[in-house]
Amino acid sequence: MKTGKKSMTLEKKKSLTGWGFLLPATLLICWMNFYPMIQAFILSLKSGMGVNLSFSGFSNYTRILSDSTFKQCLFNTIFYLIIQVPVMLVLALALASMLNNKDLRFKGVFRTAIFLPCATSLVSYSMIFRSMFANDGLVNTILKGFGIAPVGWFANAWTARLIIVLALIWRWTGYNMVFYLAGLQNIEYSVYEAARIDGAGPVQSFFKITVPLLKPTILMTTIMSTNGTLQLFDESMNLTSGGPGKSTMSLSHYIYSTSFVQSPRFGYAAAMSIIILVMVAVLAVIQMKVGDKR
Amino acid sequence: MLCGATNKSTDVIAGKLVPGTYLLENLKKLTANQNLSMALWNSFRNAMILTLLALLICSIAGYGFEIYHDKGKDLVMEILLMAMMVPFAATMIPLFRMFSQLSMVNTMAAFMLPSISTPFLIMMFRQSARSFPHEIIEAARMDGLSEVGIFFRMFMPTMKSTYAAAMTITFMNAWNNYLWPKVILQDKSSITMPMLVSNLISGYALDYGMLMLSVFICTIPTAIVFFGLQKSFAEGITGSVK
Repeated sequence: MKTGKKSMTLEKKKSLTGWGFLLPATLLICWMNFYPMIQAFILSLKSGMGVNLSFSGFSNYTRILSDSTFKQCLFNTIFYLIIQVPVMLVLALALASMLNNKDLRFKGVFRTAIFLPCATSLVSYSMIFRSMFANDGLVNTILKGFGIAPVGWFANAWTARLIIVLALIWRWTGYNMVFYLAGLQNIEYSVYEAARIDGAGPVQSFFKITVPLLKPTILMTTIMSTNGTLQLFDESMNLTSGGPGKSTMSLSHYIYSTSFVQSPRFGYAAAMSIIILVMVAVLAVIQMKVGDKR
Repeated sequence: MLCGATNKSTDVIAGKLVPGTYLLENLKKLTANQNLSMALWNSFRNAMILTLLALLICSIAGYGFEIYHDKGKDLVMEILLMAMMVPFAATMIPLFRMFSQLSMVNTMAAFMLPSISTPFLIMMFRQSARSFPHEIIEAARMDGLSEVGIFFRMFMPTMKSTYAAAMTITFMNAWNNYLWPKVILQDKSSITMPMLVSNLISGYALDYGMLMLSVFICTIPTAIVFFGLQKSFAEGITGSVK
């Protein structure tokens, strides 16, 4: 009885210590993530310019429905999402499983080369792509060498979007690859050897061993990339400045310019941000459901 | 990029890929037009302090979640993971309003607070704490080490590679962050490197040589951190303990 009581208090003490360990991080996340999120929702129900805000119900949301710029930005963002995320993740997975091969030489060199883009800052690489695809830039010079007329990459909406997608893939494939590589290293090499003895080819062992065992990692990177693409800002801002017109502008860019560039309309911007939040949440739930079924 | 930094603007545009002799001239122009040293110092200071704080707070939390876990803490962790899905765009405006009410715009604290504690880092440390042998903790308790002491004396030194990986990611994010500093650090004296680079294109005549040099300078620190920690980075992400 006595010892039981003593161990109870010891347990309690340990549990309390544990809570103490968690407290700073938890409070910070609540203060910096959840509290502003609720604030954003309240703000989205208000309208007005600058600091003069009055409660206006859901009028911001109905206004979004008839905002052609918002629709354009939504279309752009979803376009980037649909094209870029699958291509990038498949590429990253393929590269990772190739680099995980024990017999491959110069592994370190390849790894570094593929991961290097991640070390460049978002703004920097936007600038590099911008100068490469400029009217008299590197790409057009090469085209000229082949006798092809130079292309006005940023003058056309579709080529401009294409460049953003290209840039995104260049920048983020290596980042995702690192997570896959880490996941692959947790898979025992003997599993592959056993599969090979049983007569499985490289393609078969990729789909039957690598993909199922990496499922949690794939799910995580998918959610992270989806989230990241929906929040795309730097590229839209610096690579194309949203142009031509607003044909490459991302939603975050639009939110930024609504709230900080011209006359600030915080309420309207907040309503748009809530829509992004809902989209991220819905997509994440779908991805988790799909991930569970497989 | 490196070659571009040493060439004249017209050569960069033409795609000249051999080093030129304009490095010093570009540097002169860059320092004349922009406050390069201030941007570098601001970026460096912000990123360093942010990284150290983030590592400390998140590793403590990750350790706490794993070592002392019970149902209540698991629930808290799940709620925290939901924060991972909150896009920054959704919290940016309220955060800005909050900091301006606290008159903290243009302060380092306002820049850092939103990214000190991230569910991603906590999860990473939690995963690595899973491989931390519980016998060590028991043994340390027997020897009379306090719970806090166990964390600092036993856990931290063992988890060097996790810390290296976390540091690489956090430092790169902090250094490269562009949107939030652009919003919260509006004062000219708190300009950061990515902002400086992006400012360069707002001028009429864009000097590509100068641009490439600034892009290059902007990339050096993250490249150093990455290459310096590369080996332990790969180990740390794998979550292995020797």
